[in-house]
Amino acid sequence: MTMLSIKNLHASVEDKEILKGIDLEVKAGEVHAIMGPNGAGKSTLSSIIAGNENYEVTEGEIILDGEDISELAPEERAHKGIFLSFQYPVEIPGVSVTNFIKTAINEGRKAKGLEEMPANEMLKKIREKSELLEMDKKFLSRSLNEGFSGGEKKRNEIFQMAMLEPKVAILDETDSGLDIDALRIVANGVNKLKSPENAVVVITHYQRLLDYIVPDFVHVLMDGKIVKSGTKELALELEEKGYDWIKNELV
Amino acid sequence: MDLKEKLLSSYLAFEEKFDDHSSLHDIRNHAIKNFEAKGFPSKKEEAWKYTSLNAVLKNDYSVFPKSESAIEFKDVKKYFLHDIDTYKLVFIDGKFSSFLSQTTHDGIDVCLLSSVLNKPKYKLILDTYFNQIASKEESLTTLNTAFAQEGAFINIPKGKIADKPVEIVHFSTGSEVAIMLQPRNLVIVGENAHVQIIERHQSLNENPVLTNSVTEVFAQKRAICDYYKLQNDVETASLIDNTYIAQKQESRVSVHTFSFGGNITRNNLNFYHQGERIDSTLKGITIIGNKQHVDHYTLVQHAQPNCESHQNYKGIFGDSATGVFNGKIYVEKEAQKTDAFQQNNNILLSDKATINAKPQLEIFADDVKCSHGCTIGQLDESAMFYMQQRGIPKKEARALLMYAFSNEVIESIKLPELKHRITKIIANKLGVNLGFDL
Repeated sequence: MTMLSIKNLHASVEDKEILKGIDLEVKAGEVHAIMGPNGAGKSTLSSIIAGNENYEVTEGEIILDGEDISELAPEERAHKGIFLSFQYPVEIPGVSVTNFIKTAINEGRKAKGLEEMPANEMLKKIREKSELLEMDKKFLSRSLNEGFSGGEKKRNEIFQMAMLEPKVAILDETDSGLDIDALRIVANGVNKLKSPENAVVVITHYQRLLDYIVPDFVHVLMDGKIVKSGTKELALELEEKGYDWIKNELV
Repeated sequence: MDLKEKLLSSYLAFEEKFDDHSSLHDIRNHAIKNFEAKGFPSKKEEAWKYTSLNAVLKNDYSVFPKSESAIEFKDVKKYFLHDIDTYKLVFIDGKFSSFLSQTTHDGIDVCLLSSVLNKPKYKLILDTYFNQIASKEESLTTLNTAFAQEGAFINIPKGKIADKPVEIVHFSTGSEVAIMLQPRNLVIVGENAHVQIIERHQSLNENPVLTNSVTEVFAQKRAICDYYKLQNDVETASLIDNTYIAQKQESRVSVHTFSFGGNITRNNLNFYHQGERIDSTLKGITIIGNKQHVDHYTLVQHAQPNCESHQNYKGIFGDSATGVFNGKIYVEKEAQKTDAFQQNNNILLSDKATINAKPQLEIFADDVKCSHGCTIGQLDESAMFYMQQRGIPKKEARALLMYAFSNEVIESIKLPELKHRITKIIANKLGVNLGFDL
């Protein structure tokens, strides 16, 4: 079953076209990797799927579970099951990790017409998911992302993903700034959350993360277009030959 | 007849009641002369450059309230910290309401200024403290001094700890078309004594109110006083709060000012150091909209060595609201090793909102640590997107950011019930329910 479908997506920022016709089909249970050189439009694509209003979608559709979500506000997309793990998670001093995730969960429930999650259930879930990410208890009462190391920020992103249980999780450069231990923990978390009912889109510059989160499909994004798709072997080939190889092949 | 003339002629009638030779009468006469010479402050004065009283002075205020109106407790319960037991000094249209109050003379005095002014047994207190640190130059303070009749008198003797917080609440009922109130509070915290005070001014309808309040606080050696001012009045009520605090050696005094409502609110907050190793804290949160105006005018006079002062004011201004922060730190030559800190952060939510911020540091000592920081900005858009991405709608995300912005100040409220209350007021003001206390 197709979960996320992107059709002929064009987008620009301040009249500069960044995405020039993207097509992507992601089925439930699949892991897709989108790779590409810097400036190819990878982060733009993830921001646009999540509904960042700084970009203008000029053409095309983003369909989640059969419904076009391209006109929806970011929070509405989140409520429908889109999750974006940020490359640079924002620091919010004064709001603890726990309070933030409680608010996020209960706002999501409110949007679905559900009651707030009972406190004991919430606590249990927080405990369970933070253990999955090997997070220290003290960490949960700290201000969101404030003074967190790169690894802590990314772990916190995946912790939130675990709490929110999205249909489609987009991991934007989740490997950047991670040492090997943090990478293992984060990847392990993602793998445990994977199920036949959800899908993961991994956006990365390097093949490294894909040793841990093994993709079913790999797409190469260059200059705003997906220029080549393949299986996980494509990632290895890219690692070996570099992006110039694809450029030359295209010529 | 304009308000100044009305006040001057009212004073003539008022002073007939007094014994000609009392020291209090002399104080009043000096005070009214100063007011007569200076009049109401205008924008031409540097200290009032950004706050104009012209519009509020146009109302025809009644100066002496005629009679006490009755209020049922159930109608005003919400203005009190009703979850906990407190001493209460309640005034209705300037008159003491014994019915709504809870006073004490048991070890500590939580009672009325009128007693101090009129009863012989308080003569020593009157002579020692009354009008001793309140300005004799500033026109509005002297206006209050001339007319001072009623307000709170709190006296915590040496070594005593007030067992309950004290709430000072001034209600105006709107029984007059417009009313001017001039409450006067005197707070004495003895050596090693401790008290917590919450002050609030509340109109119960939309008739204009102008309150010109003066509070003097004397903190003796190692005294601790935490003073909270909750300003969340209706938009037809204006408040000029003049607070003067004298601190002796090793005393700790904090004043938190929460400005969430009212028409024009001006806080003149003055700290004077009279000993070493003093700690002064001045904090505030201002969240206003429409055409509301809040002006914080602070002074910390560092006169002795090894003292600290901490100022932290947060302001959020929406619609056409205007804010002023004028923070003066004065470090005298003798005040070596002073550690003075001042922080003022502001968020403007609309193109029409205004903040005028002016830190003033005058330092005459050469071995001090003084720092100040001032920021003016908007809500962080990337933080908004981040929160929305996690499913938090725009309105709630904005509210959460504003909470977070104010949190440093909320965190330093020592009374949990008050902290909870302030958080709730902020949530109400922002129209959200976040379901947790920060």
